[in-house]
Amino acid sequence: MTMETWQGVVTILMAVLGTVITRFLPFIVFPESERPPRVVEYLGKVLPYAMGGLLVVYSLKNVTPFSGTHGIPEAVAITVIVALHVWKRNMLLSIAGGTAVYMLLVQVVF
Amino acid sequence: MRVNRETLSKALRAAVPKSLPVCVSFLFLALSYGVLMGTKGFSFVWPMCMSAFIFTGSMEFVTVNLLLSAFNPIAAFLLAIMIGARHIFYGISMLGKYRNMGVKKFYLIYGLCDETFAVNSGAKIPQGVDHGWFYCFVTLLNQFYWVLGATLGGLLGERLSSLNTNGLEFILTGLFVVVFLDQWMSSERKSHMAALLGIVIPVICLTLFGPDGFMVPSLVIMLVLFLALRRYLDDLKPEDGTDAGAGADAGVDALTAEGKESER
Repeated sequence: MTMETWQGVVTILMAVLGTVITRFLPFIVFPESERPPRVVEYLGKVLPYAMGGLLVVYSLKNVTPFSGTHGIPEAVAITVIVALHVWKRNMLLSIAGGTAVYMLLVQVVF
Repeated sequence: MRVNRETLSKALRAAVPKSLPVCVSFLFLALSYGVLMGTKGFSFVWPMCMSAFIFTGSMEFVTVNLLLSAFNPIAAFLLAIMIGARHIFYGISMLGKYRNMGVKKFYLIYGLCDETFAVNSGAKIPQGVDHGWFYCFVTLLNQFYWVLGATLGGLLGERLSSLNTNGLEFILTGLFVVVFLDQWMSSERKSHMAALLGIVIPVICLTLFGPDGFMVPSLVIMLVLFLALRRYLDDLKPEDGTDAGAGADAGVDALTAEGKESER
C-alpha cells in the first residue's frame, strides 16, 4: 500500500459515505406518505439498463486500443464470456471462463 | 414491537432458499476480491472491513485501486456517488415495498446492493411470512456471504502473494458483462435502446474526456437523453391508466406538466 493507514481508512470512509448517500437519498426525498412523480418512476425503469452498460465501459476505461496490447485480451475474453453466457446462462461459469482466458492471455501470450 | 420466534423462523426459512444463488456467486466474487487485495499486500482485515461497510462490490474493487494511488478522499467520495448512482433507482423501486418497516428500514436501505435488490424486488413471498423480516433476512444473509467470502479471500491472498495473479481484476469486467447480458436477454426492445445508450454515451465521453473525467458527463448526458426520449422509451403509461384514484391523477398531472415543459 502506498498511502498511510489513516489515509486508507479515510478513503474507505469516503467510499462508505458516498454509497450510503446513494442508498438513502430516494427514501429521504420521497417519504412514505407521497407517491414519487411519474418521471422518477420512468427513470427508475430505464436507468438500470444504462447503468449496466456504463459499468462495463467503466471497468474497461484503461484499455488502450492504439497502443500496448490494443485491447485484444479484453476483446477475446469478453467474446468468451458472451459465448459462454448465451450458451449456458451460468453466471459463475461465464465469469470464471472469461477471467481465466484473460489471465492466460496477459500472462502467457502478451 | 414484540417479535415471536415463529415469525422469525418462518421468515428465515423462506429467505434462505431465495438467497442461495446469491450465496454461490457472492462467495466466488468476494473470494476473488479478497484474494486480489491479499495479493496486493493488504491484510485480510482490509477486505473484511471494506466488504462489511462499503458493501457494494463494484466500489470495493475500485477502492482497491484508490488505495494503491495517491491519497484523494474527494475523488473517492465522488466515485462512490457516481458508481452508486444506480442505488438511487433501486431505492425508487423499493419505496413501496420497504414502506412501514420501522427500525428495520434503516438496515434494509443500508444493505440494498444489486443482488439484494434483485431478490427482494422480485420475490414472491409465501403466505403467512412476515415481509419485513423476509427482506431483512435476505439482506443479512447476502451481506454475510459477501463478508465471509472477502475475509476468506483476504486470508488466502496473503499466502498467495508469490502466485502470478496478473489479470485477476478482469473478474469485475466479467461480472458487469454478465449482468449486462442478463438484462439484455431478459428484456424487450425498448430496454435494449436504453442499454445501448449506456454503452455508446460513455464510450463517446471516454474518448472525449479520458478515463478520469468521463463518468459525470456520461451520467448527465444519459439523464438528459432519457428525459428527451421519454416519449419513445416510456412504456409505463398504460399501467397508470389502470391505477385507481389519486395515483392515476398524479400520473396524468405529471404527464401534462412534462408536456408543457417540453413545449417551452
